[in-house]
Amino acid sequence: MADQSTTGVPIELRKVTKAFPGGGEPAVRELDLNIPAGEIVVLVGPSGCGKTTTMRMINRLIEPTSGDIVIDGRSSHDIDPDRLRRNIGYVIQQAGLFPHMTVAANIAQVPKMLGWDRARIAERVDELLTLVGLDAEAYRDTFPRRLSGGQQQRVGVARALAADPPVLLMDEPFGALDPISRERLQDELLGLQDDLAKTIVFVTHDIDEALKIGDHIAIMKAPGHIVQYATPAEILTNPADGYVEQFLGAGSSMRLLRLTKVGDIEVDQVPYASEDADAAAVLVEIERDGRGYALITDGMRRPLRWVSAEQLQGVEGPVGSAGDAITGTLGHRMTLQDALEALLNADNDVVPVVGRRRAYAGALSLSTVQNAIQAIKTRERERRLHRNHPGGSG
Amino acid sequence: MTLWEYVEDRWDLILFETAQHASMVAQCVLVAAVLGVLIGVATYRRPRLASLATASSGVLFTVPSLAMLGLLIPALGLGVAPSVTAIVLYALLPIIRNTVVGLQGVDQLVVDAARGIGMSRGRSLTRIELPLAWPVILTGIRVSTQLAMGIGAVAAYVSGPGLGEQIFSGLARLGGANAVNSTLTGTIGVAILALLFDGCFVLLGKLTAPEGPLSRRLTTGGVRG
Ligand SMILES: Nc1ncnc2c1ncn2[C@@H]1O[C@H](COP(=O)(O)OP(=O)(O)OP(=O)(O)O)[C@@H](O)[C@H]1O
Ligand SMILES: [Mg+2]
Repeated sequence: MADQSTTGVPIELRKVTKAFPGGGEPAVRELDLNIPAGEIVVLVGPSGCGKTTTMRMINRLIEPTSGDIVIDGRSSHDIDPDRLRRNIGYVIQQAGLFPHMTVAANIAQVPKMLGWDRARIAERVDELLTLVGLDAEAYRDTFPRRLSGGQQQRVGVARALAADPPVLLMDEPFGALDPISRERLQDELLGLQDDLAKTIVFVTHDIDEALKIGDHIAIMKAPGHIVQYATPAEILTNPADGYVEQFLGAGSSMRLLRLTKVGDIEVDQVPYASEDADAAAVLVEIERDGRGYALITDGMRRPLRWVSAEQLQGVEGPVGSAGDAITGTLGHRMTLQDALEALLNADNDVVPVVGRRRAYAGALSLSTVQNAIQAIKTRERERRLHRNHPGGSG
Repeated sequence: MTLWEYVEDRWDLILFETAQHASMVAQCVLVAAVLGVLIGVATYRRPRLASLATASSGVLFTVPSLAMLGLLIPALGLGVAPSVTAIVLYALLPIIRNTVVGLQGVDQLVVDAARGIGMSRGRSLTRIELPLAWPVILTGIRVSTQLAMGIGAVAAYVSGPGLGEQIFSGLARLGGANAVNSTLTGTIGVAILALLFDGCFVLLGKLTAPEGPLSRRLTTGGVRG
């Protein structure tokens, strides 16, 4: 990583319209969109609704017919298009790598245009390859044709990041990949974004991809306008209208499970103590709790064993090695869906939840998750009722 | 006199005529390549103009070379001028057509990426589109070269330079002494020259292929000093 990388800047689309010559209805119609700095904003919608057109107007590959696009406080109209584009990373489907250039040369194009010296470019290329998870030694001198689709797309991302632009435009970058590679690249993009905090405009027609990676999602409808612009959770629990509901399709509740993290719900608290705690004291704790067991942790509060009241009967001094080793833990960043899966496969009814540095953060059982789902459903139902009868009694 | 004796006897002259022929063809093809690529580049984005350019040079193609040379005499006289003009005109067509086809055949996604990362039209053309269209353009130049070889021989009809002289002087006194030897020498000479030139093109094609040694050197050399 560069010691200090450029973070995102805000982008504002103001009443942007694009009518292609002889095209009848405009492809994009008076579109307003506020893209906060450092966020991933996903444009999602069916084919032909104007996603690509909207995105390409940001780097002026398409000139708006009317309206204004303001990037970091400056109207893009006042910036030379080629200069503008060198400061906006651009990633497209199938990567669009230059087939006659090596991986290194592909990545080097923007820095070259910006006049960087060779040594700096070479260093940056290796740094970027590592950043996107490719071995620099093995890949820098190969040609794109020899890479898998996923690897090509990684190089595409590296090329877009080469000159450390504050903004990234990505048009269905993972659209041509198999589901497994797509998931992986999505995860890696999210991981990168944690460090880079760029402003990313991401186009897709896959609602699941949008829900997964978007901080905000703009659901578009032909001809070229936004129906709902909100966070994934808001869209799932409170779709703006029938169009959005239809676009979300069935399985909203499952998606909600996928969006909700273990850390987002209220987990159970069980008695816990370290190995050198006094057995008798732990026994008192267990009896007070009433569940009949406690969690034994190491000195760093990392879960080790479950111990029941019977196992502690008659133990003198510290708890020591009494109890049964735990068979697994749940991370607080896990999705509820994954947690559910793990709980169904676990030997015990209760599984410890760990937080930072794998330290004890609580415990989860199927019934706790069930209650959480119930709460989400109730909330959703209330919202829907509220929407159908706005203003309550009035 | 056998063919061999005939050649031995006039070795210097034949060598001179061969060199002349090769040099004329090479220079004409070079001019045609520069012109043809320029015309191709200027028209490939405008389909109407591109087909106009291809069609008009296609019409030229239907004029027999002998007739073309004859038609050029009133304007350009005899000798080098009409020969070179005719060869360049004929050599243009395959080059223009292949340049247009080659450039239009470049993956639009790649061109879009080039523009999207901030390459100007010119930079995208010279760094991305022309190198990618190059194998097709080179094939056009190769075809033009073969064409120029043959037309170069016919150019002797208007007193042009080269091996055509052997062929035409032989044909003119058919039945006379060494008439067949002379024609054969000219014909075989042109054929050998054509093979040599073609060999050069095969080599050039390998060297400049998109993933070939030259391209590898140029693109990696630019990054890793
Ligand atoms: N260059 C163009 N000339 C004329 N019409 C165009 C052009 N580009 C796009 N359009 C039209 O504008 C509309 C929006 O196209 P756009 O490419 O933005 O859709 P999209 O949402 O990206 O669709 P997809 O998911 O298929 O990529 C479509 O009706 C399309 O036909
Ligand atoms: Mg699109």
